[in-house]
Amino acid sequence: MKTTITVNGQARSLDLDTRTSLLDALREHLNLKGSKKGCDHGQCGACTVLVNGVRINSCLSLAVMHDGDEVTTIEGIGGEENLHPMQQAFLEQDAFQCGYCTPGQICSAVGMLKEAAENWPSQASEDLTGAIALTDAEIRERMSGNICRCSAYPQIIAAIRDVAGEVA
Amino acid sequence: MSSVKDWAAPNPVTENRSGIIGKGVERYEGKLKVTGTAAYAYEVEPPSAPAYGYLLAATIAKGRITAIDISAAEASPGVKLVWTHLNVPKQARRGERINPRSQRPANPALAGDRVEFFGQPVAFVAADTWENARAAANLIRVSYAAEPAVLDFRASLDLAEMPDGEEDVLIGDFEGAYARAPAQIDETYFSPLQNHVQMEPCATTAWWEGDKVTVHTSIQMVKGGQHALAETLAIPSEKVHLLTRYIGGGFGGKGQAYDDLTLAALGARALGQPVKLTYTRQQMFQATIHRPAVSMRVRLGAEPDGRLNAFAVEAVTHCARSASFVEHAANFSRNLYAAPNRLTGHRLVKMDIPHAGPMRAPGEASGMLSLECAMDELAEKLGIDPIELRLRNEPDVDPETGKPFSIRQLTECLNTGAQRFGWSRRNPKPGQVRDGRWLVGMGMAAAIRGNFLLPAKAGVRIDGTGVITLRQGMTDIGTGTYTILAQITAETMGVTMDEVKVELGDSEFPPAPGSGGQFGAATAGSAAFEANMNLRRALAELAIGDPNSPLYGGDPTYVTFGNGNIAIENRSESLATLVSRAAPDGVYVEGAISPAADARDYSQHTYGGHFAEVGVDTVTGEVRMRRMFGVFAAGRILNAKTAKSQVTGGMIWGVGTALTEGNVVDNRYGSFINQDMAGYLVPSHADIVDLDAIFLEEADDKANPMGIKGVGELGICGAGAAVANAIYNACGVRLRDFPMTPDKVLEGLMAKGL
Repeated sequence: MKTTITVNGQARSLDLDTRTSLLDALREHLNLKGSKKGCDHGQCGACTVLVNGVRINSCLSLAVMHDGDEVTTIEGIGGEENLHPMQQAFLEQDAFQCGYCTPGQICSAVGMLKEAAENWPSQASEDLTGAIALTDAEIRERMSGNICRCSAYPQIIAAIRDVAGEVA
Repeated sequence: MSSVKDWAAPNPVTENRSGIIGKGVERYEGKLKVTGTAAYAYEVEPPSAPAYGYLLAATIAKGRITAIDISAAEASPGVKLVWTHLNVPKQARRGERINPRSQRPANPALAGDRVEFFGQPVAFVAADTWENARAAANLIRVSYAAEPAVLDFRASLDLAEMPDGEEDVLIGDFEGAYARAPAQIDETYFSPLQNHVQMEPCATTAWWEGDKVTVHTSIQMVKGGQHALAETLAIPSEKVHLLTRYIGGGFGGKGQAYDDLTLAALGARALGQPVKLTYTRQQMFQATIHRPAVSMRVRLGAEPDGRLNAFAVEAVTHCARSASFVEHAANFSRNLYAAPNRLTGHRLVKMDIPHAGPMRAPGEASGMLSLECAMDELAEKLGIDPIELRLRNEPDVDPETGKPFSIRQLTECLNTGAQRFGWSRRNPKPGQVRDGRWLVGMGMAAAIRGNFLLPAKAGVRIDGTGVITLRQGMTDIGTGTYTILAQITAETMGVTMDEVKVELGDSEFPPAPGSGGQFGAATAGSAAFEANMNLRRALAELAIGDPNSPLYGGDPTYVTFGNGNIAIENRSESLATLVSRAAPDGVYVEGAISPAADARDYSQHTYGGHFAEVGVDTVTGEVRMRRMFGVFAAGRILNAKTAKSQVTGGMIWGVGTALTEGNVVDNRYGSFINQDMAGYLVPSHADIVDLDAIFLEEADDKANPMGIKGVGELGICGAGAAVANAIYNACGVRLRDFPMTPDKVLEGLMAKGL
């Protein structure tokens, strides 16, 4: 099935098996292997990408559902020569070990900060309709869909905190 | 054979003149990982378009395949081949070896009609796409004749036997001393099956060039994987080129090769095309190894002042019927506390569930859950603070062997931790601290884990631009190996990190044993250090023998390295100038490390203290971590950042051990009921609040030339026990059955009328 997805700012036309997940389309058809397959069931978050600015588990979504969508993967967040501040913070805080969950954590963190800035509430929010104070508890709750078995959680929160700034 | 005396003299690493050793430099490969450009095994670009493999797994625990119908699968779109035990290409028999010095025997895939565990691969499909391969695999119809199987560990403890070649360690008169002891503890603790849950499933990309196969695979041991595949295919080892540049977590579960390696290689040979094959997450749970369950009986006989007079840890564990793996859950206790009368040993039940094997701190991780909780129980019984109880049982020499400790800072770990954590604020009486509907408590535990040094080699080259490249058949499973090897190289050669390259994970590089048993840094690092020392000697000779060098004719014993230069006093030139002039093709040397014979004269371990504060929800029985702090002593620390990440990661594994982790076996089929990440709960962000760790200053000159020790496993040792002890202190519910899930806690709360 013919599908056109804008990936990292570039329109990419693909002829895909309808069973192909967005994750496999990225990894196996567009050679964008930064998004990782950890469970293929939306349980680990390693495949997190931004679709139209919102983070999703790309393994839980069929590629053909994304005709016309704008997808940002870790490769579009920043490269070695132009690191995104979140990537830089992950480096400085040692917010990863094996690195396999890292692209998903970073994409998720970037998406999460935008959601919080737009005052989307979470289970940790005191107020469902008011402004969100981005406490560490808020960050931890919102990042809990991204598993890190190496367990760099304290370092990841520190990295996100570096980018987000202190709670106002 | 080397001696620990050889390691006593100062050297570039212990002198650390430029300060690179110990510094928390960022990970060498960090930029590749944060940008998603580090290529893991399934992501390596093969020379031509690959076929995609998919495995089908057995759905019985034990029995025989009576029929297997692959016709629909073979007719399915895009399918290139379908293999079962009836048509898989010939492989060596299990256990065979043809190559001299081979570290692993043959391990054939789809080797017969016997099924030995639920989840055993029974068929392999290769197709043009992953979707087609998966669809075809699900069209294969397998008929089985199931046989009675031993599946329920707790119900099979009476089948336990002494493991082959082992005996109990009995010192003094345990039974007599225990019977006479004024204070006794006799409790049994249970630790369940656990799974590694590495984020990256096992995977292989394979292709052939002539009679030589190249495999990129996710494995912790380079030589082990190379040799296993060579034996299985019955080809010379040098015809297998195994690469493993980046590994998405190992934790012991990738210490061996699985069928993805064999079938990708066989498939690529049959198709004349590269093949990629990965396990699914569900297959990872059952078709790779797990940490076995352990039932541990602890008996402590103490004087009223807390001194142990009799002490026993007896562990019953299990492994697959065809295997001999023993979870040595009692071993750690042989070196921990003083007591004249001692009994430790293991029993093993052979079962028909998937294979047990090593998982992060095998032995200690489950074993310490028993003794470190029992010590807490004894402390309460005697009215002694749990830290004080441990201090009163601190041995002067190894309590089993009588050997001196190389260095032992357990006391310092516990005292420092108590002070930093605020242990004095703990109310020793359980159930006294309330915070709304939460009961809050503190617990602690000691940590001990052995330190090891294995034989290893490394090669190092300097080129005419002054760039120094270290090469080693070593792996970095996230532990920081790339980074510490770069630091060792930079400090030893007196150059900056920017002038150092590290290349790992290649079977054609000088061999190292890989990552495991927290021996990686000391072993690979020491070999790298020796290689660099040999490079210093080679460059010194080069300079003093070169009439065009300002060092010409000098005494090699006065040669120094620093700031990118080689010098004798004020005569110096840059390494790049020297090499480009005197050895334009570069200089390459190798170095090796081997264990010192007299290192065995010392009891050598890493130590720590864990401190945990939890809240117990009196309504739901839920336990939440509030704070956790660890203090560790593990030799000289090479990198403050990566070492700390190792121990905090280990502590978080302890939290998972205490609260959520455990595979439940379906006693009808031998499958794991929770075989994915929604059912097997590892800690997530929300579970970890305010967790930190520090290292004490230490250098262990009996360990290796650099005085470093392992840190990868120390952090988990005892951590779960600290959490369990905190639960007791919070609410007075003493659970001995890990993990301490809300159902168990709630039952305890209700029994207490809370």
